[in-house]
Amino acid sequence: MRLHGKLTYSSSPDLTPLIDCTFQLVVFFLLTLNFSSAEQSELIRLPSSELAKPTEGALEMPITLQILSSGMVLFAGDQMTPDALQGALRRERDAIRNVLGRNIKNATIVIRADRDVATGVVQKIIRMCQDTDFERFVLRAKWERK
Amino acid sequence: MKIDKGGGDFQKIEINMTPMIDACFQLIIFFMLSLRVFSPEGDFGITMPIASTRPSDISPSSSAVVKIRLAAHPNGNLAGITMGDRKLSSFAQLHNQIREISGLDSGGPAGAGGAEVELDCDYNLKYEYVVDALNAVSGYVANDKQTIIRMIEKIRFGRPRDPPPEENQGAAQEGAKQEAAGEKN
Repeated sequence: MRLHGKLTYSSSPDLTPLIDCTFQLVVFFLLTLNFSSAEQSELIRLPSSELAKPTEGALEMPITLQILSSGMVLFAGDQMTPDALQGALRRERDAIRNVLGRNIKNATIVIRADRDVATGVVQKIIRMCQDTDFERFVLRAKWERK
Repeated sequence: MKIDKGGGDFQKIEINMTPMIDACFQLIIFFMLSLRVFSPEGDFGITMPIASTRPSDISPSSSAVVKIRLAAHPNGNLAGITMGDRKLSSFAQLHNQIREISGLDSGGPAGAGGAEVELDCDYNLKYEYVVDALNAVSGYVANDKQTIIRMIEKIRFGRPRDPPPEENQGAAQEGAKQEAAGEKN
């Protein structure tokens, strides 16, 4: 009896659909990537409002202060007490004036406060900002249709 | 000279796609891990000129100032709403009052009269009630669910109130704990 040699098959699957899908996914993730996530701490549960629609234009020189329910403040990636914030705000003000050479009155303080934080803490921080010559303030809320 | 008229042997050139697919998958994994979903956020503008930190410096405004007082229980929950001298039962009632003042119901333009609202809040009042008050006074969503009708755009905080005494703060924390336990049950 004659024995046949082992048959070998070479297969080359069509990779085009796979590459198409992969590129679609890459483009989708590129477009949805949020680079401003550093200014949106997940520790903060914002109060909701149906009037707080996202603003169309970007704020001029926004400075985000995030106030946790414990009263601590997240500013520029650091967590600090409201009392320690004063020094950081002064440094920010001096940088805007001396390094950027811009008017401090054009800077906008964006306050992202937790819904359970005491209003007195928020007011204390606003006052601290005023003492550091900041004048423009916006209170941020989560937009939610009711 | 021999001219090649075609019909010769073709040699298929195969590009090795493996490194490109590897790189694409790496990118996908990176983007998937760094993807964070956030709900849309919006802003309420408040007017806080530097002079308003000292009550004696507040110059009398030409427009009418509506003073709204928000009182708090020791645990931070809302105890009462007062507009001027009038006690109100809810933010809906406050909204209706402001709507009357702004003259929108009588056909006036949005934000008519240039009225200004000053919020006077207890120190320990939970911040969410402040946003509820801002919601009630600043406007409403029209029937088309898209357009926002603005009522009052000038909103400011009054003079900050002092924090409650230490013994009250202890009671407030105790009350908050009991409330949290009640919500869990």
